[in-house]
Amino acid sequence: MPGSPESSLIHARGLTKRFGSFTAVDGVDFDVAPGEAFGFLGPNGAGKTSTMRMIGCVSPVTDGTLTVRGLDPRTDGPEIRARLGVVPQQDTLDTELTVRENLVLYGRYFGLPRAECGRRADELLGFAQLTERQNDEVEPLSGGMKRRLTIARALINQPDLLLLDEPTTGLDPQARHLLWDRLYRLKQRGVTLVLTTHYMDEAEQLCDRLVVMDKAKIVAEGSPRQLIDRYSTREVTELRFGPGVQERLDGQLDGLADRIEHLADRVLLYADDGEAVAVAAHERGLNPETVLVRRSTLEDVFLRLTGRSLVE
Amino acid sequence: MTLPLRVAPPLMFGSLRAFRLIERNLYVYRHGWIVIVSGFFEPLFYLLSIGFGLGQLVGTVPGPGGTEIPYQLFIAPALLASSSMNGAVTEATLNFFFKLKYQKTFESILSTPLSTADIALGELGWALIRGALYTGGFLVVMVALGLGVSAWLLLTLPAALLISFAFGAVGMAATSFMRTWQDFDLIQLVVLPMFLFSGTFYPLDAYPEPVRLLVQLTPLYHGVDLVRSLAVGVVGPSTVVHAAYLTVMGVLGLLIVSRRLDKLLLR
Repeated sequence: MPGSPESSLIHARGLTKRFGSFTAVDGVDFDVAPGEAFGFLGPNGAGKTSTMRMIGCVSPVTDGTLTVRGLDPRTDGPEIRARLGVVPQQDTLDTELTVRENLVLYGRYFGLPRAECGRRADELLGFAQLTERQNDEVEPLSGGMKRRLTIARALINQPDLLLLDEPTTGLDPQARHLLWDRLYRLKQRGVTLVLTTHYMDEAEQLCDRLVVMDKAKIVAEGSPRQLIDRYSTREVTELRFGPGVQERLDGQLDGLADRIEHLADRVLLYADDGEAVAVAAHERGLNPETVLVRRSTLEDVFLRLTGRSLVE
Repeated sequence: MTLPLRVAPPLMFGSLRAFRLIERNLYVYRHGWIVIVSGFFEPLFYLLSIGFGLGQLVGTVPGPGGTEIPYQLFIAPALLASSSMNGAVTEATLNFFFKLKYQKTFESILSTPLSTADIALGELGWALIRGALYTGGFLVVMVALGLGVSAWLLLTLPAALLISFAFGAVGMAATSFMRTWQDFDLIQLVVLPMFLFSGTFYPLDAYPEPVRLLVQLTPLYHGVDLVRSLAVGVVGPSTVVHAAYLTVMGVLGLLIVSRRLDKLLLR
């Protein structure tokens, strides 16, 4: 893996976080380059949030090296945070303030002049499509609106690095797509995005490069395409059988594909030509209730690496 | 060559950024300033009912230095000191707990350059500003009622702030250990007896010696006696002792609350 404290925006070697006897992050190495969209993909409890909190200088590093823009979170926390935007997993909006005040005041925390805070707040209200709600209380806003306000708030100091911890968890599909669009625009402007997610579509949409985390460790690293090429086949054939049939297959599928995964409700056959697998299965006299041929996704990569699904 | 500008030695607690917290509270109370106004009336009502009502029966009592003073003049400074304590304790316990445990206000603030020490200092600063407003109002009333008998009275304002500082800091430190709202009953169990028995309503001579010594160890006694000596204009070494006691108490409280916030918020 390339990267050094000087060339990388974020540089981690042997980064470890322990809470008492529990190890949340276990000696991970990674580098994030300026301008990149970098993702941590993994199930809940894999150590993604702990890693993000260490990068955000709100959680002391237990062991190992971590530098952000060449600075050490241990000693240079305020300086690092001054150039950082943080979107935490749970919205931490100030419910005693209005929508607009949330933005203005957050700018003040960064020491920006009041007039400048107002200017930026107005601009960000437009960006987050919240101009009409600017004088409203925060509490009645919808989940998507709160999320957009949280992102807008994280941008008030015009950060060049934005940390997003599960930015779209709990949002409906429309709200997610709007958010993705906004994040994509930020990336176009050169903002480095670091995000965690347990949605592989989100990772595929947004990330140039990602690491897969499981049980406090990084188990794979690369672009979404590279990971799929390396750990999965081009296509997957999903066969769904009637109740009880799957348990009695007894090796009838052997040899049909490069690799076969038995899930609770279906069988996944990994091969470069999914259609051919479906035909071959049919020729063996198997009659699945449904057959689906699709492209490999990061979900398949994760399944291969850990033997489990991402969202359980 | 010019020497690089030396960064000022970091303050023992926090930095000037703490003022941003005060600004936040100003924003919040812009929406609900009536809450602030209400705090002014409590000591005033006590002064009118006990000071002037009961005072008619009592007449004069021995004040600082032993000279007889009217009961109203005896009790007014004590009410000022107690309301400084009460105001600071309310802000530092209930309001602080809400922001700490439920609102997550501080967590978002810690993602900016502000530190936990800034938060502790800023919240305490806000409690002091509130306290100063009440004290100022009460002093105006005292003068209007003819209780302004000494120029030292002006110094009761900083003295009252010192009381707010001491109780606010210790109150926040205590709050950082609270788990549920029920725990706050314990605070009332400490605050109410202090209010009643710290020489607030009658001179300490009323107590037998051991009790008197015990009372003299409690912080509100020092606050009451400090403000009373200044209001009456009888200032001596004990004034300095009172101020020192309250200063040490506040600094210790701030140290503890900064530590605790680190532990609670920066995990």
